Amino acid sequence: MFNSSFDAVVPMLCVVLAALASMGAEAFRAKDEEMPIGGLGIVGLAGAGISSGLLWNRNAASFGVLVADNFALFVTLTLVIVGILTIMFSSQVLRRDQLPKGEYYALLLFSLVGMIMMAMANDLLIVFIALETLSLSVYVLTGIRRDDPKATEAAFKYFLLGAFSSAFFLYGIAFTYGLTGTTRLDQVGAYLAAQSMSDNPLILVALGLLLVGFAFKISAVPFHMWTPDAYEGAPAIVSGFMSTGVKAAAFAAFARVFLSSFEPFSADWAPIVWILAALTMILGTVVGVAQSNLKRMLAYSSIAHGGYLLVGLVAANQVGKAAILFYLLAYAVTNLAAFGVIALLSSREKETDELRDFAGLWHTHPALAALMTVCLLSLGGLPPTVGFIGKWYIFSAAVSAGYYGLAVIGVLTSVISVFFYLRVVVMMYMADRDASAPVPSQVTGLGMVALAASIVAIIYLGILPTPVLDLAAESIATIF
Amino acid sequence: MLALIPLFPLLGFLINALVGRRLPKTVSGSVASAVMVASFVVSAMSVWQLAALPPAERVLEQTLYTWIASGDFQLDLTFRVDALSAVMILVVSGIGSLIHIYSTAYMHDEIDSEYARYFSYLNLFAAFMLVLVLGANFVVLFVGWEGVGLCSYLLIGFWFKKRSASDAGKKAFVVNRIGDYAFILGTLLIVTRFGTLDFLRLAEAVGPMAVEEGVFGVISIATLLLFIGATGKSAQIPLYTWLPDAMEGPTPVSALIHAATMVTAGVYMIGRNAVLFSHAPETMLIVAVIGAATALFAGTIGLVQNDIKRVLAYSTVSQLGLMFLAMGVGAFGAGIFHLYTHAFFKALLFLGSGAVIHALAGEQDIRNMGGLKRYLPVTYWTFLIGSLAIAGVPFLSGFFSKDEILYETFHEGHTILWLVAAITSLLTATYMFRLVFLTFHGERRHDAPAPAHQEDEESAHGAPAHHDHLHDAPPAMALVLIVLAVGSVLAGYVGVPHALGGHNALSSWLAPAFLPGTGPADAVLPAEEAALELTLMGVSSLIALAGIGLAAFIWLTRRELAARLAHAWSGVYTLLLNKYYVDEIYDAVIVRPTVRISQDGLWRGFDVRVVDAVVNGFGSVVDASAAVLRRLQTGSVRAYAGSLFIGVVMILGYYLWR
Repeated sequence: MFNSSFDAVVPMLCVVLAALASMGAEAFRAKDEEMPIGGLGIVGLAGAGISSGLLWNRNAASFGVLVADNFALFVTLTLVIVGILTIMFSSQVLRRDQLPKGEYYALLLFSLVGMIMMAMANDLLIVFIALETLSLSVYVLTGIRRDDPKATEAAFKYFLLGAFSSAFFLYGIAFTYGLTGTTRLDQVGAYLAAQSMSDNPLILVALGLLLVGFAFKISAVPFHMWTPDAYEGAPAIVSGFMSTGVKAAAFAAFARVFLSSFEPFSADWAPIVWILAALTMILGTVVGVAQSNLKRMLAYSSIAHGGYLLVGLVAANQVGKAAILFYLLAYAVTNLAAFGVIALLSSREKETDELRDFAGLWHTHPALAALMTVCLLSLGGLPPTVGFIGKWYIFSAAVSAGYYGLAVIGVLTSVISVFFYLRVVVMMYMADRDASAPVPSQVTGLGMVALAASIVAIIYLGILPTPVLDLAAESIATIF
Repeated sequence: MLALIPLFPLLGFLINALVGRRLPKTVSGSVASAVMVASFVVSAMSVWQLAALPPAERVLEQTLYTWIASGDFQLDLTFRVDALSAVMILVVSGIGSLIHIYSTAYMHDEIDSEYARYFSYLNLFAAFMLVLVLGANFVVLFVGWEGVGLCSYLLIGFWFKKRSASDAGKKAFVVNRIGDYAFILGTLLIVTRFGTLDFLRLAEAVGPMAVEEGVFGVISIATLLLFIGATGKSAQIPLYTWLPDAMEGPTPVSALIHAATMVTAGVYMIGRNAVLFSHAPETMLIVAVIGAATALFAGTIGLVQNDIKRVLAYSTVSQLGLMFLAMGVGAFGAGIFHLYTHAFFKALLFLGSGAVIHALAGEQDIRNMGGLKRYLPVTYWTFLIGSLAIAGVPFLSGFFSKDEILYETFHEGHTILWLVAAITSLLTATYMFRLVFLTFHGERRHDAPAPAHQEDEESAHGAPAHHDHLHDAPPAMALVLIVLAVGSVLAGYVGVPHALGGHNALSSWLAPAFLPGTGPADAVLPAEEAALELTLMGVSSLIALAGIGLAAFIWLTRRELAARLAHAWSGVYTLLLNKYYVDEIYDAVIVRPTVRISQDGLWRGFDVRVVDAVVNGFGSVVDASAAVLRRLQTGSVRAYAGSLFIGVVMILGYYLWR
């Protein structure tokens, strides 16, 4: 039954099967039996990764609504990396915090299915279904620590606001369908290019509503309010997963919808996205400076990073588009590792997420402190890390497209942002540990492996970025 | 081979960072010093190889690989040695080696792990500094630029238990970020305008363009932005305030980073882009004026400071100002010459002050010193040589380089700037010999009750509380002081001016670096110019001697005169003692408003934090379900949804009613 029209589904199918298997394993395991459920997820994700590799350059499409072009596959590979790293970080966390393994991994994998679907979606309704699939799983993951009121509150807030924004998104789809008679992205694009619709304000309403839906998911200002609460309330590793996976998937769909279907209207949406990008960078950075909780600080930081990605979207030249893909990967690896450190250091009673918890970490956990330093320098965009290369690309795209204002704001905010990243470094190396504070957990096993792998990637991609950059440029050149 | 130059110290960093905690001090100190010496040897070999080439072709390059490529823009990870970077790598690895060796003795009271931490930072600094001067394009230079900033920050705050040290580190960091911001913008402007960031390609592209005489065009803006970057790194007005505070770091760090190498990066960067800056005379004038103003301004402050290291710090700011003055009047060779001689005598002076502080168990206030000449002979004599050199006494290194700056400034027609520089020279000689006389001559005053900060320094040092007898610098330190003293005397002889029958070898060696593809500068000096130069030389020698004489008159023979002067001019004295209140002004005008906007405005105000703070107040509520309900009722969700809705209205409003 595997004919060519089924090909594009294969990566997703691998993950779906792994998710179902996790649920089954949890349901049928004896009460105290230890099962390597995370391993199932890694196998499924590896399958997704391999099948994506096989589909490379084949432009497979399934049923007209899913396309596995190189753009989607690049994002899929990024998501696979995010997924595998998350599972590796989670194994220690789940055991320590006694969280339900089966549910956790199943939800994680289902949300990854939604993310991959979002990257491949070629139909607005599929985008919506993917969005809901990933969102519902993530809402539950946010509140997976059911005995923690903060987590429950965060999940509930996130859910309510998510539902609110989904309504706008759906409304946008309805408008688009009403005006063009289709929800298929390629057909919408062709219709808009052929007809002169610039005098019809309703298409702009559709555009605006879709924009709101995406802006919410990527936490662009002023649709970002849920982010700090959700990231602070969720377990650190889930925050890491949300801040990278959800953002990558949402950006992939955002880029596809706005750079292909709504490309004829770029003169209309670019000014709005310009303003969103500027606001997002500024607010994320400036408010980030005032935070003393690390998870909250990273939440604002991830808002600011969303702003940089929006700069790439506004610039929308070849460099800018490739920069988005590269930046997503760079940011995903770095940010996940930073949250990973927090998750691994935490204990069941308390998350190690206050700035002062990191005081003197160098003395108790020298390796972790060093790894965290690399992550933070990369988030701050200092050379020679991948974060520097990513920012370099984004800003040079903006400058070469003539968006000097955005480049100036972007450089300014990234210069300021180093201040709060470095504050953590200073805490770790240049402060004495509070003697009464509990010593953070020791980190062993898979978590350490995942961390080491992330750091190698951060430095390797900072020193030798060209192969991946070429891959990003190549994968975007085929479609837009 | 060039890549080895920064790789050696990087290797040292890795060793000390990874296993240094478990190594005994002798091993970690030796490793750190050995890699620096190795780096110096490779540097010397490279320069030897370079010198064998004909002058116009003196460029060695090593491209490791293509770092970033996008479209038709390509950026290579390339190291390049030309005449200019040759001088720099020798200074950085040479002086760097000496200071590493000195540190092995100076930091000996630290525990093993702290000792290793210190040397790992110092090695990392050296690696980045070498990348900075070897980088063939702006981005590689920027890697070094950011790296040295980071290491400087870590080293200033090395004794973080002292609150002033960690504050100073923070200040250095924040001030430098402002400069870096301008620097990055300048770089972006250059890449869009010229399509290249490689220094040689850029010089080729700019060379044929019209000089922006009387207009403030793209080149002027780009160079101005780069210069703002330089004012941050090299401590010039208005971004100089961090450097005096940076003296909170260990003294060898002050010598290496905050005197000999990192702070000269801005001067080097301008020299590196000599062609670009030459095309922007408006910027050049700004550079010259800022340089001269900083030189004078810092010199006056240095006159009244009482902390031995702070006097030297203001002296550094002032000397850097002279270098920028030279760059600004187009005398690039003179600026780099002074950079090179300054590295010797300022490193010497700082290390000498370190030996004094070491002997006095942390005392830094010169009012509590005096009479040390007898107890610390090596330190005294070397310090004296350094002071004579920086004062510009004839036939020591500082004389030749400072004189060249003064001559070039006058020669280019900047009479007022020349006058400012001449006054600065007078000030330099005076404050340096005030330091010498107060520290080493007269009565011994260090048995006086120690000020409070002495104890901090001691505990940070981990040194025994009281030294019964004063001991001179231990062998490793003494050796370094002597080597640097010899250097301070002789370093100037590579640039003996034509007027004195020399060949100004350094100037003709450097010339191709400032105008790529040409041979050395022509060596003929018209007779009347030689006469002018000799006259000016005589004037500046007299100035130096006058400054020393003035210092001797006041602080050696009529000590009470200083107090009387301070009393008679109490307004001026207070102003200088408080450094013109610049820190206070910055704090009131810039720092506090910014903090207020960030914390109270955007965060608490705009970001609905008020509501959240109320919510978090309920954090300890036991009943989870009740807590959840209560939290939801505080309205934050409504506020968030409201913000979302306002966003929607604004976007749709824009489309419908624009």
